Amino acid sequence: MEKQIWIPFFSTFFCQLGQVYELAVRGFRAIFQKPFETRNFWQQLEEVGANSLPVVSLTAAFGGLVFGLQAYLAFHRYIGPGSESQGGPIIAVGLCRELIPILVGLMVAGRVGSAMAAEIGTMKITEQIDALFSLGANPVKYLVAPRILASMIMVPCLTLYGDVIGIFGGYAYNVLLMKVNKTLYVQNTLKYFEMWDISVGLIKALVFGLVIAVIGCWQGMTAEGGAEGVGRATTKSVVVASITILILNFFLSKILPATL
Amino acid sequence: MTMSKIRIVDLYKSFENKAVLRGLNLEIEAGETMVIIGQSGSGKSVLLKHIIGIMKPDRGQVFIDGQEISAMSDEEIMKQSRKFGMLFQGAALFDSMTVAENVAFGLRRHTSLAEDEIRQLVKTSLEQVGLRGVEHLLPYELSGGMKKRVGLARAIAYSPEIILYDEPTTGLDPIRADAINCLILELKERLRVTSVVITHDMNSTYKVADRIAMLYDGRIIETGTPEEIRRSASPVVQQFINGQAQGPITEW
Repeated sequence: MEKQIWIPFFSTFFCQLGQVYELAVRGFRAIFQKPFETRNFWQQLEEVGANSLPVVSLTAAFGGLVFGLQAYLAFHRYIGPGSESQGGPIIAVGLCRELIPILVGLMVAGRVGSAMAAEIGTMKITEQIDALFSLGANPVKYLVAPRILASMIMVPCLTLYGDVIGIFGGYAYNVLLMKVNKTLYVQNTLKYFEMWDISVGLIKALVFGLVIAVIGCWQGMTAEGGAEGVGRATTKSVVVASITILILNFFLSKILPATL
Repeated sequence: MTMSKIRIVDLYKSFENKAVLRGLNLEIEAGETMVIIGQSGSGKSVLLKHIIGIMKPDRGQVFIDGQEISAMSDEEIMKQSRKFGMLFQGAALFDSMTVAENVAFGLRRHTSLAEDEIRQLVKTSLEQVGLRGVEHLLPYELSGGMKKRVGLARAIAYSPEIILYDEPTTGLDPIRADAINCLILELKERLRVTSVVITHDMNSTYKVADRIAMLYDGRIIETGTPEEIRRSASPVVQQFINGQAQGPITEW
């Protein structure tokens, strides 16, 4: 009995994986084909990047604060009072490698990936995608390619920005609030924290950007069944992208070397 | 022998095990208006999307001017798409763009005209469908009938050779519906285009058709002039054109 449940599940899974892969390849290839869809690209840069700034600022600030809080507590309790300044590099490395890319990825998936699915899904069910085709615009090139490119540029940019805010959050909690020695805190941070730690986060962000755009566009392009279908596509794009980001994050952490 | 403008040979298409087109054959001559009638859900829109190349058949061929469009890659079809103008059922206007940008969309893709020439053509196309001074409006500010007319202006702006109409009169009041019929006739006279209209509105059919084809059970079961169709011996055709619930068509 059980076998019969699993077979359709896996066949659907691999079938969809194939669709996503095909769309990613076609979208990626279309980025380099003339004529470039510059107008759509600029629009998406603004949508993914500039419009996500408030959300990213807030999540990164509070992510940094809470990370600072826990690092402070851990050193204070387990190593002893006076050792709290050791937390600086741990906070910076943890934020740049893990927390900020994940937070930015999830926020952009929720904010932008869903919007991509909803917008393209609505275009699909109202035949606007077919209309693009009939008017000589390849829908993958016109809609998907600019979104992939914008997302792959802007998610790393947002992550870098989030890194700055997050590290400042950790610093603010320890140095400004808990009166940890400022010189030691900064010194420790600079001693152990490397450019590579930032780069790891940015590489992850690049992958997350691709995942968000491709999944959002794929859900939109395959939406069916009116308003309900668009709703389903929107929700699914967020869930699928978020889970993919969390799973990929672990493997990327494992694959990317600890130091160069 | 003259070549048909559109030739469809033995076309098959199914969706998730549901066979929609089952060996459909149809020839449409240059300059004529062919109306394809059939029940809702009989695959009329699917047929139209095969003609324009949006859908690929499971089996069979579609030829436009003797070239097999069903065997082309997306890039090749894109190059062919200048030949086609399509009016979609819900108009399918791009809702993030103004009326003018909508109408100019095909012109920008299919021609290399200068901006002021495009602006002039947009204005002329809108005038042809009886609209003036709406260039700056957004699609949501238009009524259903106006949307259809803008959709039509967008389809004719770059002077295509073939215009496809997907249920042009559905959802319009009788007066607006007739205005659209007059437009179809007028465009045919003026632009000498080949038109393919799909509809289940018989008034519209008799008004615009040079020939009528009846789609039933995935095939074209009869083609002929309006007069021939009216006198058809087929009970299926008779049931459909007279709009009767009782008859050989039992699925609805």
